[in-house]
Amino acid sequence: MPSVAVHTQRFARLCNATALSMGMPRLRQAYTPHPVVDQSAAHLRAYIDGSDAISGRPFMQEVLDGLTAPLEDADLHGLSFERTTPRFVEPDTEDNLQRRFEENRWTDMLPIVLPTEARVEAMLTGTSHPRDKIVGRLRPTVFREAWEFDVEKVAVNAVMAGARPEYFPVILALASSGITARSSSTTSFATISVINGPIRNELAMNTGIGVMGPYNHANATLGRAYGLLSQNLQGGSVPNETYMGSQGNWYALTAIVPEAEERSPWQPLHVQKGFKPTDSVASVFFGGWYTHAGYGPRATWQEKMRHALAAVEQYSPPLFVMDPIVARGFVELGYDTKEKLIAWCADNALLTAREYWDNQSIQLLRPKAVAGIEPYASRLKAQPDEVIRIYEPSDIHIVIAGGETQGAWKMISGALRATVLIDAWR
Amino acid sequence: MTERSKVHDPRGYPPKVVGKRLASRLPSLDGKTVYLVDCLFDNSAVFMDQLQQWFGEHLPAVDTRIIRPKETWADDPEMRAAIAADGDAAILGIGL
Repeated sequence: MPSVAVHTQRFARLCNATALSMGMPRLRQAYTPHPVVDQSAAHLRAYIDGSDAISGRPFMQEVLDGLTAPLEDADLHGLSFERTTPRFVEPDTEDNLQRRFEENRWTDMLPIVLPTEARVEAMLTGTSHPRDKIVGRLRPTVFREAWEFDVEKVAVNAVMAGARPEYFPVILALASSGITARSSSTTSFATISVINGPIRNELAMNTGIGVMGPYNHANATLGRAYGLLSQNLQGGSVPNETYMGSQGNWYALTAIVPEAEERSPWQPLHVQKGFKPTDSVASVFFGGWYTHAGYGPRATWQEKMRHALAAVEQYSPPLFVMDPIVARGFVELGYDTKEKLIAWCADNALLTAREYWDNQSIQLLRPKAVAGIEPYASRLKAQPDEVIRIYEPSDIHIVIAGGETQGAWKMISGALRATVLIDAWR
Repeated sequence: MTERSKVHDPRGYPPKVVGKRLASRLPSLDGKTVYLVDCLFDNSAVFMDQLQQWFGEHLPAVDTRIIRPKETWADDPEMRAAIAADGDAAILGIGL
């Protein structure tokens, strides 16, 4: 059936690249100015009455021609092609290779460790799996094609990040999660990965002072490796083509949190999720959209938490990272399990229905509400000024980490997307 | 002489791209049914309403029908079947 896709001009390069990757370099598209969001009906009508923001022709002429102008020969065949990525790049000096990797956007714009044959071979000793075993597939967003990769390709990126061979099972587990750490979402989502189990101590990961800062080799390079492998193995993370995050995200540089299980009064995350305490597990959270922080629990902790929970971007639920001091404080208040505190948070994460549904991303859930899917259906039925719960307990997670120099907590946007057994990749 | 290093290419394996031909175009939209597919992004419904009004004012011989998938970011075979059953063309949009 003849069709025309309409986009805003900001996405022109992305649309063309996507159409090409689907074998349709001549896909007919029309472009309005950007943005559409938050514009009045009159403003949008002006877009329709105006010019195509890319071609300069009348917008509706572009649309109508897209549906009626005869096809040309190239339209009838599409474009089939195979893209190959070689095993090695052309040999060169180290300086030139560093420059080439940066120019090709194969780096995170920080210097990398060049993936020589010897270094990659050494990295491969970190797993029992053969180099040609397929690990998984990744893509920057749901409408792009997924690229495939094997153990050796993951090892190449692990080397580039500066990781050591003993870290490799964690990196393979993250790569196998199916969750990219280089999402193309315009909201600039990143991933935050939580590591649980014996592997934390085997790799001498830091769960204490500066756990989320640049103070531990494994913490720093594991997160970096996840980012590098995501962008390179999925076919890129290039602004305007395979990355559209408006502001970007510092969490994308590296964001790994090993839980301080030994100093926590509560069950570790992976045990909450059904794994054995002796299992080593990586949990991937998709978020980093906001960060709140506080002390506590002080006398007014409930007010503080309510304010913070009401101030989140409600599309992305909270992942709490709490110093052990904070966790013990909550135990003294009677919250002797994570589940009890999570239940309190779910009961106290409240907004009016009007505020909830006005959120740009929440509106994407409206079809589920209309279809009767709970809890969205009940939230949609609420009157505009009715106060509603915005999270279920299963949306909220708590992880314990920190050096006990301060009773600090952070509330980081993070929806749990995958929990992967690291031991499967040893 | 500066030593040259041999290093691995860090990229994954892209899928083969299979060319797709575009559907045949219509000689005219007069008397045809054009579905306006609201992709459910914020304000796309308002845009489609305005687009439908434009057709009503300028090309009244075109029957336009707004249709929405069940979910954002997910294929909706039922919606596609509905469009294929009695539609002649489609305009899809619009995000952000």
